[in-house]
Amino acid sequence: MDIMNIIVCVLLFSGLFFLTGGAVGILRFPDFYSRLHPAGKLDTLGSLLAMTAFALFNLHHFSLGALLTSLKILLIVVFIFLASPTATHGIVDAGVRAGLAPWTKGEKRR
Amino acid sequence: MDKQEEEGLGRKHNTSKREISDQGPGRRKNFGPYVVTFFILFGVWVVLSGKFDPFHLSLGVISCAIVAYLSADLLRPSMRGLLILLVRWVPYLLWLMKEIFKANLHVTYLVFHPRMMDLIDPKIVKFRSKLEGDLALVTFANSITLTPGTITVNVSPDGDFKVHAIDKASGEPLPGEMEARIAKIFGESDG
Repeated sequence: MDIMNIIVCVLLFSGLFFLTGGAVGILRFPDFYSRLHPAGKLDTLGSLLAMTAFALFNLHHFSLGALLTSLKILLIVVFIFLASPTATHGIVDAGVRAGLAPWTKGEKRR
Repeated sequence: MDKQEEEGLGRKHNTSKREISDQGPGRRKNFGPYVVTFFILFGVWVVLSGKFDPFHLSLGVISCAIVAYLSADLLRPSMRGLLILLVRWVPYLLWLMKEIFKANLHVTYLVFHPRMMDLIDPKIVKFRSKLEGDLALVTFANSITLTPGTITVNVSPDGDFKVHAIDKASGEPLPGEMEARIAKIFGESDG
């Protein structure tokens, strides 16, 4: 089970790394559209890795109940993968409809 | 993701079959979609409820049967649709995961780079896709959005894409390999 612990730790910390990257990216990128890149998508991979780690850790003491809980955790990932690109697209579309011009190289950051 | 796609595939397959059978005389009712919908719903019910006593299972059977009766016309899955899903979608999803991972690393590199403002060069990329089916276009648009560095801004029904790319390296590969793979899934590879 020690190998299992190592796998869970690696998955969890790489997930946290991507989630941190997403948060830092929102602060550092110059405008509305480019901020959505880290906000909408680094989160997707980050939560995939973190949720997989939770599901594996939950199977430590194997039982039917633990298996069902792990399946539910994986369902969260499925819904995030469906909802995240849709929400990102909706936000970008709202920006375009409101007439916000994208930041281009050389401008000041907004 | 899997569920929506399989429903879409099932519908595509079934409508073409129905068009054929509509022409023949005496079209008989097909119970396949009801059965498949019921078992998909019941699987989700068992996972979410986690109780195996007769009371909860019979509640599940009743409500799944009602929902399957109401919505099988809407979803129209079929056994062949599920097989197509396995054969064609699973390799594509694995490939997409690999692309997502590579592109995520790239965006993370940009985020933590000290001179990030010099590296990024946001641009709206416009191109025309060869894909024709609605479902193929939606799949393509969502795949573009899922791959970091690119967000689909707008798609017209004719296949005109507007994509916001964070830098040159992210925008250049479009439409490229992803479009070819989606065309293969939907059997549009020849045009």
